[in-house]
Amino acid sequence: MHSEGQLEPSDVMELNPNFHFRWEEPQQSHVLLYPEGIVKLNATAAEILEMCVMRGLTVAEGTEQLAHRYDGADLVSDVMQFMELAYAKGWIRPKS
Amino acid sequence: MPKAGSGLSLDGLGMPLWLVVELTYKCPLKCPWCSNPVDFDRYRNELSTEEWKDLLREGRRLGSLQLGFTGGEPTLRKDLEELVDEANRLGYYTNLITSGVGLSPQRVRDLKRAGLKQVQLSLQSCDSELSEMLVGLDVFAHKIEIARTIKAEGFPMVMNVPVSRYNIDQTEALIDLAADLGVEYLEFANLQYYNWALINRADLLPTREQLKRSEAAVAAARERLGKRLTIYFVVPDYFDDRPKACMNGWGAIHLTIAPDGTALPCQEARLIKDIEFPNVRQHGLDWIWRESPAFRRFRGDDWMKEPCRSCDDREKDFGGCRCQAFLLTGDAANTDPVCSKSPHRHLIDDILVEAENRQERAGADALIMRARCRS
Repeated sequence: MHSEGQLEPSDVMELNPNFHFRWEEPQQSHVLLYPEGIVKLNATAAEILEMCVMRGLTVAEGTEQLAHRYDGADLVSDVMQFMELAYAKGWIRPKS
Repeated sequence: MPKAGSGLSLDGLGMPLWLVVELTYKCPLKCPWCSNPVDFDRYRNELSTEEWKDLLREGRRLGSLQLGFTGGEPTLRKDLEELVDEANRLGYYTNLITSGVGLSPQRVRDLKRAGLKQVQLSLQSCDSELSEMLVGLDVFAHKIEIARTIKAEGFPMVMNVPVSRYNIDQTEALIDLAADLGVEYLEFANLQYYNWALINRADLLPTREQLKRSEAAVAAARERLGKRLTIYFVVPDYFDDRPKACMNGWGAIHLTIAPDGTALPCQEARLIKDIEFPNVRQHGLDWIWRESPAFRRFRGDDWMKEPCRSCDDREKDFGGCRCQAFLLTGDAANTDPVCSKSPHRHLIDDILVEAENRQERAGADALIMRARCRS
């Protein structure tokens, strides 16, 4: 792979297997659950995770699908920024 | 105690995201820092399996997400697997907080099958001699066997080390042990001084020098190990001048149920003797959480006195810990005496000076071990 924290558009990422990602009705939001921890995700973060991590696509493919959903908006830097944060926090990892 | 990763300002929309169930106060170990009440043996009237299940259902309806099974030693309950199974079915993320003493390899496998998600195992030392001195029983080899089984079964694992002056100099060796066991998380939980730990405070407090060395070892290991091992270092709050944001605020996201069904905003709150805490045998959980006087007592900031009331940090640290304010100043509504703005801060400073000047290591003789006769 590449240096710590850096992701490439061609990378395929997956959820850290110790994390659970799901919709939580009472909170009206997606959450990440992990050993002794909870992260509440805002709608944007959840949408990126769902598209760019949970479907086995490359980051670039996921970003393109998202852009399609938003009339071709340029989302590359926003998506990359979130993905690198999620990677740094250990929520996601390169798919093995 | 839940803290790792829950963040300082997690907004639960007024729901008890964290539910901690203390299934029993019983435990074969004699740890002299036990967080259970000093008179734990008075509370023998444990909830039944069906009562716990009802409680778990009610908790889910109130929006609870993370569930901690603890005690005492929760594995002493024969219905643990049944309760884990029910909790898993209800959609909780299930954590088991254990000394490992009531576990066998077979039981670890049964818990995995029941849907348990994570195990937090306590280790007090990296050698059996010190371990036995600190917990009063020869259980080190068993704990290591259980740790290896937990990993072999594919659980993520938190290795929890309750830190005192007796084991703080083993920081580096404990990090090596955690890396060798292959755990994901290592938590150095510097003791917080309530209940049994308060009785033994003068002997358990590390010195500032010890603390500095330990923090340096943790920093170096984080650098070296990166994502292989996440190390949490819970600072002993006495050494800080800002109080901890205890429980993310009283009645904000944490709900503890004691073995006898008493509902508490944290595991220690029972020590505040002038509050009558509601019991799930008499009241619905919804009323307890939303309406009961005990849970509303320190919710928000209307209850605050000076210097908290006019302090810019009041929404950050919520005035610190109510239990600590009660124990050290006699009034749970006072500012946590750890805070440098508290008029009681000298109480903490005096204790720290005593710890620095204490005679070197009296051995375990000085420690009062957890036992029934104290109760």
